[in-house]
Amino acid sequence: MTEVIQIEQLVVTYRDTETRATRTVVDRLTFTVRPGEVFGFLGPNGAGKTSTMNVLLGFTHAASGSASIFGVDVRQPIARQRIGYLPEMTYYYKFLTAEELLRAYGRIFGLDDGEIRRRTDELLALVELEAARRRLIRTYSKGMQQRLGLAQALLNQPDLLILDEPTSGLDPLGRMKVREIILRQKAAGKTVFFSSHELGEVESVCDRVAILHRGELKALGPVGEIKHPADGNLEQAFLRLIGWPGAPKPASDAGPADHQPTAP
Amino acid sequence: MRAILTLAHLVILEMVRRKDIYVLFVLTALLTLIAAAANIFDDTRVVRYLKEISLTLIWVSGFVLAVTSAARQIPAERESRTLFTLLAKPVSRWQFIAGKFLGCWLACGLALLVFYAFFGAVALSRERSLDLAGWAQAISMHWFMLAVPVALALAGSLLWAAPSSNSTLTLVVCFGIWLLGRHLHKVALGLPEPRATLLTLVYFIIPHLELFDIRDLIVHRWPPVPWLFWLGALLYAAAYTGMILTGAWLLFRRRPLN
Repeated sequence: MTEVIQIEQLVVTYRDTETRATRTVVDRLTFTVRPGEVFGFLGPNGAGKTSTMNVLLGFTHAASGSASIFGVDVRQPIARQRIGYLPEMTYYYKFLTAEELLRAYGRIFGLDDGEIRRRTDELLALVELEAARRRLIRTYSKGMQQRLGLAQALLNQPDLLILDEPTSGLDPLGRMKVREIILRQKAAGKTVFFSSHELGEVESVCDRVAILHRGELKALGPVGEIKHPADGNLEQAFLRLIGWPGAPKPASDAGPADHQPTAP
Repeated sequence: MRAILTLAHLVILEMVRRKDIYVLFVLTALLTLIAAAANIFDDTRVVRYLKEISLTLIWVSGFVLAVTSAARQIPAERESRTLFTLLAKPVSRWQFIAGKFLGCWLACGLALLVFYAFFGAVALSRERSLDLAGWAQAISMHWFMLAVPVALALAGSLLWAAPSSNSTLTLVVCFGIWLLGRHLHKVALGLPEPRATLLTLVYFIIPHLELFDIRDLIVHRWPPVPWLFWLGALLYAAAYTGMILTGAWLLFRRRPLN
């Protein structure tokens, strides 16, 4: 079976505009995301999560290595046909209404007008924006914009949902909605790939996680396997794996081998 | 093609809702009406004077609209980060550039139609008849000519991030070519080498926007230009636009977005 995401020996570099020096932000990253799983992509700020996502979405090109989605090289626009993407912040055309935005995106996905109308009705009801569908997005609150983001991410009934910090800045109700949608996707056999700092949430919904630190993969596997018996929860395991000095020491010997990622 | 048309539609919708076109139209209309009201010459000369003023205003407004609207497209998408949500969909960077170009160019076409319709109504009130073939040529050539500044401003926005500096530079280049382009090779004759060769090269490289300026046809009621010349001019504009847009795509193709 084709892996949903396949990343091999991925290296991402940036050139510093002031010093002109090249900085490696993702270093020989290798992992796969399997069909139907909810995959958490974790790491502290600057770990390389966003850079990896940028490569997957075709925003930046890898210095070396490869990345594919459903077996298609991510540099091909068609690789994004089966993706739904929710960015961390809400970035939508403020001069449009929710309905117009979904219509425009639907056309880009090649959906016919009847299908767009049907899905728009369904999604706006799902994210509870029915009443505001004809209002300009610039009049929406942050929470409403984030819910619209969810609607646009689900518009093409994606087989892979990529969420970048989906619950950042959301109130508890919004968070619940996001969780509900992730689990709904999972129940429908879809794949969800998301980055988050909300480790409690990750623990509750993810089948597997990858932990990145300074561009390197520190751990990969099911939450239960990554957690040491002494860790207690994923947050403590996370702190231990990124080498935070205040992290609780596991009872057993935590040699360097413990920090190695499990097989993809 | 559907993605390109959708992007173009979004550009037009944004321009209509931003109301830039209305401001330019009101300004042009106001100046035309003031010129029409100034009855300082005899009848024939008033009409000619009115036409010259109005057409020059339409040309200047056309340049300003084309350049300022195209120059802000890509920087605005980057600044508001809507570019990321858009390019996360199956849209190639070529389609993105083409959609932005098409939207700006079509919006300029719509604006020109409104400008010329208003101008036509004022001219008709003075002259009683219009030479439709000449008018059709003047409008279509003007519209095709505007494709070049639109493409230049789009390409410029990939080189200069600030829309204001890009707009200023592109407008200076466009006005320079429009007003002085035809004289460059004559100026070159009087220059020492290698400046003469350089200027001659510039003369042959630049898109000659002044070729499209057939305002005199309308002002003096001259017969239309040969249709083959008209077609050649449209193809000339299309070729330059294609080259500039290809350059813009090459600049944008592998540019990291972060």
